[in-house]
Amino acid sequence: MSATVPVLEVRGVTKSYGDRAVLRGIDLEVGEHCAVALIGASGSGKSTLLRCIDLLEEIDDGDVFLDGEVITDPSCPAVGVRRRLGLVFQAFNLFPHLTVLQNVVLAPMRSHGVPRAEAEASARELLGRFGLEGREGDYPDRLSGGQQQRVAIVRALATRPRALLLDEVTSALDPELVGEVLSLVRGLKEQGMTMVIATHEMAFAREVADEVCFLHEGRVLERGDPARIFSAPEQPETRQFLRRVVETGRL
Amino acid sequence: MDIAPDRRAAREAARRRHARRGSVVAAVSSVVVLGGLAMLIVSSPGWEDVQRTFFSWEVFRDSFPDVLAGFWLDVKLFLVVEAVVLVLALGVALVRSTRAPALFPVRLMATVFTDVMRGVPVILVVYLIGFGVPALGIAPDWLVQDPIYLGGIALALCYTAYVAEVYRAGLDSVHPSQRAAALAVGLSETQAMRHVIVPQAVRRVVPPLLNDFISLQKDVALVAILGPQEAFRVAQISAASDFNFTPFLAAAMLYLMVTVPLARIVDRQQAKARRRQGHVVAT
Repeated sequence: MSATVPVLEVRGVTKSYGDRAVLRGIDLEVGEHCAVALIGASGSGKSTLLRCIDLLEEIDDGDVFLDGEVITDPSCPAVGVRRRLGLVFQAFNLFPHLTVLQNVVLAPMRSHGVPRAEAEASARELLGRFGLEGREGDYPDRLSGGQQQRVAIVRALATRPRALLLDEVTSALDPELVGEVLSLVRGLKEQGMTMVIATHEMAFAREVADEVCFLHEGRVLERGDPARIFSAPEQPETRQFLRRVVETGRL
Repeated sequence: MDIAPDRRAAREAARRRHARRGSVVAAVSSVVVLGGLAMLIVSSPGWEDVQRTFFSWEVFRDSFPDVLAGFWLDVKLFLVVEAVVLVLALGVALVRSTRAPALFPVRLMATVFTDVMRGVPVILVVYLIGFGVPALGIAPDWLVQDPIYLGGIALALCYTAYVAEVYRAGLDSVHPSQRAAALAVGLSETQAMRHVIVPQAVRRVVPPLLNDFISLQKDVALVAILGPQEAFRVAQISAASDFNFTPFLAAAMLYLMVTVPLARIVDRQQAKARRRQGHVVAT
């Protein structure tokens, strides 16, 4: 254990919907500037875990810490926590009635009180950096899926979050558009962004992540160095999952 | 291919022939149906009496200025009630959409309000408010002296209930992922409602809202039962004084002059909404 406090820490988190247990005691630690990849079949709990960390879902038991502070305590104001985290959704979830620029500046202006001129200037700068200059005035439905997802990532970055949670951000994209989004995330990693990345892109997880966690039926079944997990998985379930992934050509 | 241009020309010619035949059929059938109907009416035994009592040009000319003046009151009443309804109804819809336990009594009141107001005929509400409120003896004088105020309040109550339900359907139609996205960027529940959900909901319900406007524009005539000199009431008085119903025709024409353009606007808005929904995301 290092002496520094991890940015995000998940301890024994459980979550059920009715009788269906989705998370059965998850432990996770994400250090500063680290990227942790969550892999596992659909329904293994990756998305639910991210939504629980961002307090969009109430957990049943356990704790989540952000910079050492318990955020899952009911007395902890959720809005304040969400302001410090960024979450990017599989289906982009851009605001369709707002332009690209308005999508990005909404949160900085409304929830952080940044003056419009300042918010717009930094939004334009961010959009430009991610190859979206000239699209500021467009509505989301005028953009390609890849562009929409890049706008969604810029929107999450605009509030300068402590950590970015990426929920299968390329799963809704046409194959030829996946690359542009992945290279953006790669760039964020190089800049030292702390990230939790739920993904089906194994090659990408292997390349970008500092640690890979294999989720199976609501538990972290195996975790470790990406090279080790992908070349010599210990658990039979991990081996089986990776074999299926190889068969579908994702690795 | 060499034959392609010929075949295309032949196909287009066939299509044109087909279209031409279609318009000829439409024209002939219109003439037959409408002409037949007109013949039937004109040749009916009572037609001359009807013509005299409903379509008298002299009576129309004499009564029109008064009916028009009355109609101006209808228009003013419509505009004021409409503005009030748009704001109040959104409030009722928002109250019904919240889940905060503290708001339970308000939510209950909103639910009862919409159920009752939607379930009672407008004319009954106009009666009850118009004659019941003055009878209570607690209303201020200015409110009781001019029946137009109480009539307007009755209409506003009824239409607030209708329009609140329209708004609520719009709020429900915004996908929950939009709320999640709004919360995820750090907005509060109220901000998510105000900046993300309500704007999308309102945009979606513009066509049904316009439909309710048209109904309201007609229903303002119901305040006539309380006595204000609006178009229908003026026409009634005029008709009663010289036993000629032409003034009603004048009033009907005035209503149509407002409701028909409104109906065309609704059609255009609905077509626009359909196009938007069919709009494929460019990739």
